[in-house]
Amino acid sequence: MTGSNVAGITSYGGYVPRLRLDRKAIADANKWFNPSLAGQAVGERSMANWDEDSVTMAVEAARDCLADRAREAVDALYFASTTMPFSDRQNAAIVATALALREDIASVDVTSSMRAGSSALLQALTAASAGTSGSALVAAGEHRKTRAGGAQEMRFGDAGAAFTVGTEDVIARLLGSHSLTIDFVDHFRGEGAEIDYSWEERWIRDEGYSKIVPRAVTGALEKSGVGAADIAHFVMPCVFPRLPEKIARSCGIDGEAVHDTLHAVCGEAGTAHSLVMLSHALEQARPGEKILVVSFGQGCDAMVLETTALLPAVQAARRGITGSLERRRPEENYMKWLAFNGLVDMELGMRAETDNRTPLTVLYRKHDMIEGFIGGKCSECSTLQYPRTRICVNPECKAVDTQQPYNMSEQRGTVQSWSADFLTYSPDPPQHYGMIVFEEGGRLMMDFTDVDPGTVDSGTAVRLAFRIKDFDRRRGFRKYFWKAIPDTGAA
Amino acid sequence: MATGIKDKVAVLGMGCSKFGERWESGAEELMVEAYIEALQDAGIETDQIEAAWFSTHVDEQSVGKGGTPLSTTLRLPNIPVTRVENFCASGSDAFRGAVYAVAAGACDIALALGVEKLKDTGYGGLPAGSRGTLQPQIGFNGSAPGNFAQLASAYRAKHGVNKDDLKRAMAHVSVKSHANGSINPKAHLRKKITEDQAINAPIIAEPLGLFDCCGVSDGAAAAIVTTPEIARSLGKSDLVTVKALQLSLSNGLEASHNSWDGSYFHTARIAAKKAYEEAGVTKPRERISMMEVHDCFSITELVTMEDLFISPEGGAVTDVMDGFYDADGGVPCQIDGGLKCFGHPIGASGLRMLYEMYLQLQGRAGERQLSDPKLGLTHNLGGAPFSNVCSVCIVGAEGA
Repeated sequence: MTGSNVAGITSYGGYVPRLRLDRKAIADANKWFNPSLAGQAVGERSMANWDEDSVTMAVEAARDCLADRAREAVDALYFASTTMPFSDRQNAAIVATALALREDIASVDVTSSMRAGSSALLQALTAASAGTSGSALVAAGEHRKTRAGGAQEMRFGDAGAAFTVGTEDVIARLLGSHSLTIDFVDHFRGEGAEIDYSWEERWIRDEGYSKIVPRAVTGALEKSGVGAADIAHFVMPCVFPRLPEKIARSCGIDGEAVHDTLHAVCGEAGTAHSLVMLSHALEQARPGEKILVVSFGQGCDAMVLETTALLPAVQAARRGITGSLERRRPEENYMKWLAFNGLVDMELGMRAETDNRTPLTVLYRKHDMIEGFIGGKCSECSTLQYPRTRICVNPECKAVDTQQPYNMSEQRGTVQSWSADFLTYSPDPPQHYGMIVFEEGGRLMMDFTDVDPGTVDSGTAVRLAFRIKDFDRRRGFRKYFWKAIPDTGAA
Repeated sequence: MATGIKDKVAVLGMGCSKFGERWESGAEELMVEAYIEALQDAGIETDQIEAAWFSTHVDEQSVGKGGTPLSTTLRLPNIPVTRVENFCASGSDAFRGAVYAVAAGACDIALALGVEKLKDTGYGGLPAGSRGTLQPQIGFNGSAPGNFAQLASAYRAKHGVNKDDLKRAMAHVSVKSHANGSINPKAHLRKKITEDQAINAPIIAEPLGLFDCCGVSDGAAAAIVTTPEIARSLGKSDLVTVKALQLSLSNGLEASHNSWDGSYFHTARIAAKKAYEEAGVTKPRERISMMEVHDCFSITELVTMEDLFISPEGGAVTDVMDGFYDADGGVPCQIDGGLKCFGHPIGASGLRMLYEMYLQLQGRAGERQLSDPKLGLTHNLGGAPFSNVCSVCIVGAEGA
């Protein structure tokens, strides 16, 4: 590749957790303390299951993005989040292993600002333009912790989005971008803090968004040579109602072009949200339309994209944000929300005291098997098996050292046997698990997640998902593994 | 060519502690309780024991590792003691070690003793066992009831059994065991229950309710074995001899190969076939007088009736509901109350089952005594349906 290629997005994907917390449940539980919440008690926010975090949501979005793509083609990975589970252990490396990407790729974690997501995408697009990398995967996930009964709890949501970027088979080409770096501190989360500290909203709206965003928008339009009136989709995350429309109009953009912030159905997913909204916009865009993406945070990123004729083929093969939103399960139990997010000190019982230390030597020795769900396929008898071992499990074969690595994570399966267990410690009892028989062969006794109690039985179809297996809270570590999700048909 | 174990070894004496929540006793006191009874029953002194096998499973909760806890507690005369840990079949496997040593002629008199002190955990149910370094990363978050409960869903799917019908048959399994246990002074749970009580009990792991699960208790049991000739020379008559001792272990097939349907125990069928062959039993439904099987959960006992070839495949529900396994049925099962009423101190259970067979065969079972039993079968199942250790032992009157 040489310089000045026309770079753009080549695929997109999105993920919103299945649980949706009814905002009325938040208001009802907290209005004794904060009566003003009642005015915000409209719609629902997405709610990560107890076993989801920014990494797992990014992986889900990336699986959607790569659904019909060769994973071997990915040359670089950008992972964006302000809620990365590890401060030192590259989180992108977990994403890469879960996706079974090649080892000889570049990878980076992009963080510390609400525009980390858009900046990661811009960096990838810029590198592709310059011809310095081939195909890059940009994945973002966000799972912010909030205090009980605050406005953030109402407004925030959990979600992920992912894109591949390159110069071939582009579905949305980058026409131009403009970035501003300004240390405007509307909120911050300092070292050791888990929760944002925010300043007055009227100041953020008037001095922050209203003055900084238009400068970035104008700059991006100028650099891309696109007129404001030509923007068909104005993508701007913002928790203040009607502000994106006001800013768009002030820049000469049609108010009709302002894209839904998904406040009513999802809430704002932090640094992932500009990408979540872009993913959602690409699901709805037609070829030849111009999209302006804006992301505010210590300045502002703005980029102008133009969709191509290749977009519809990709649209047909994605679950996307829309599909994720349809796959919803309403949650009205505010106590469950508090428990899942560590906001209440639940009595977990002695069975929860088990020490979960992870032997890192074992994790590394088997990392492709554990995090990538790479099983084995016997070269003698073709039997698929998990775990991958030295001696084939087929009683008619038992060949030694014949198992070739085989990625089993994208297989569908069915439940052979199952139980819903109230005895074992689970953050979300009863713990469902059972024997999963995979369609291409192989089987494993697995935990289930995202279960509707009462709907599982022998024969139920499942897909797999990369989730948190256990927390080792003594050491700040967490184990990841794959779980079975009973197929609701909507996914 | 191996000739099998049949009639080569006799039981010289047995002992069994009272099972239950033995708050006042540690593992050491329980071991002594079972041992003294066995020693007195055998009519020998400690110095006559030449080798011992010691079974216990949860070393974190009980006595620690190695064979020294047995040797020290019983003040054994510096003889070999082998520690046996093989899940719930540990007791039966310890017995197998002692019996094989005598049969081999390596010693004249050997001891097998199993113990488990479970009620020092601080909570109900079995403690979670250690699983090595890889399983905690790729295994599931389960418990014993949840593992065994899955037999029910697979059995229903395979045999087209209605959920309520299976639940009622499972309830009958427990009702029968409670009736038997209610008249056994050494049992932990001694109350009769009804089918409706069992069916309506709180769910532990779907579809197992509280009464579908065996108790958790403390206990110890012991056997002293020797050759029939030595037993007779020590003044014993009406000998109880070992007819078959088989163990079958999963090799990963159930867990990783799609030839297993989840509704039965692959290992149990193999161990049972080999045991019947070793004991010379061709029609088990007619020849086996009584059984103590591993009723950790009602569904385990139910499918085991088929795995031991007593009920035809798919026929256990009918046999159970017909009372075939009740105390007055064709093959009384869990005549002492089973794990259901004794609880399951893991290392002791296999030997506790043999203790009841031994008493019955000698006509010493008191109120529970069956009429003229000839062959008794014991069965243990340790682990989970998809990966386990299964033992099948047959004992009987000498020459039977």
